[in-house]
Amino acid sequence: MNDARDALALAVAVSVVGVSFGALATAAGVPLLITMAMSLLVLAGGAQFLAVAIIAAGGGPVAAVAGGLLLNLRHLPYGLAVADVVGDRWPAKVFGAHLLIDEVVAFSRARGSGARARRAYWTSGILLATFWNAGTLLGVVAGSAIPDPSVFGVDAAFPAALLALLLPALRRSDARRVGLASAVIAVASTPFLAPGLPVLAGLLGLGVAGRKASS
Amino acid sequence: MTWPALLSLAAGTYLIRLLGLLLPGRVRVPAHVERYFDLGATALLLALVAVSTFTLDGGFAGWARPLGVLVGAVAAWRRVPFVLVVIIAAGTTALLRLAGLP
Repeated sequence: MNDARDALALAVAVSVVGVSFGALATAAGVPLLITMAMSLLVLAGGAQFLAVAIIAAGGGPVAAVAGGLLLNLRHLPYGLAVADVVGDRWPAKVFGAHLLIDEVVAFSRARGSGARARRAYWTSGILLATFWNAGTLLGVVAGSAIPDPSVFGVDAAFPAALLALLLPALRRSDARRVGLASAVIAVASTPFLAPGLPVLAGLLGLGVAGRKASS
Repeated sequence: MTWPALLSLAAGTYLIRLLGLLLPGRVRVPAHVERYFDLGATALLLALVAVSTFTLDGGFAGWARPLGVLVGAVAAWRRVPFVLVVIIAAGTTALLRLAGLP
């Protein structure tokens, strides 16, 4: 497996979504500097789309922040899982925390633990952050000339990529049980809960973890 | 979107991320709890996969996306290189939409 090449493939897909974010935020009347600052400082696609959608629907800034933060709460347990991969010293934690993205967590975990997982975390994190911001800028500049990214099927690329990255972890039977339960709970609760909560509800799947790992 | 709202969202998101990274170093974590951290990440990522495969704005996303993800997943399971998995999934969904499936 070529780590840099795989991370680059993911980053290209991320940039396409970044373009659509830039175009959408601009269409919703968000100023260029704020749109760019969002991609640079928030660096969480789902929360950025949600916040802009809430503002565009007249929901107000407080609702936008609350919705975005609710969606991002899943990053806390991610941190617990990858803390030792990111690095021990404080500069690594301080900068590494900003790069804690779904795909980066999945990417580094697919490389096990130790030096290779650490390299994978930083390589994919820096690539994804760069491409996300470049894409956003392109989207803001090109604006309405950008076609809907669903034409390219990018929305199917992300779940498929995450699933591919999760396959090694799913060799463990307890991980398969927990993952299946979590997926079912999350989808079943989606019509009834605010965005972000169904994924967190997936943690209830830990209830079927059982006592110990087996393969 | 206003600057105070953006900065609150950015700061809050960053603190959530940092907290998760700092906690395991602050408290001694027994091995059986660490296993739950690991399984928790798998649970969240698979929940995210499921929600982003099947749903859109709280409803069903249509068939084009889940079918693309399914084809991509089979490719990944058959050890097709990661880059191709991404392209195959997106390509399948794009073709299905081109054929008129939502």
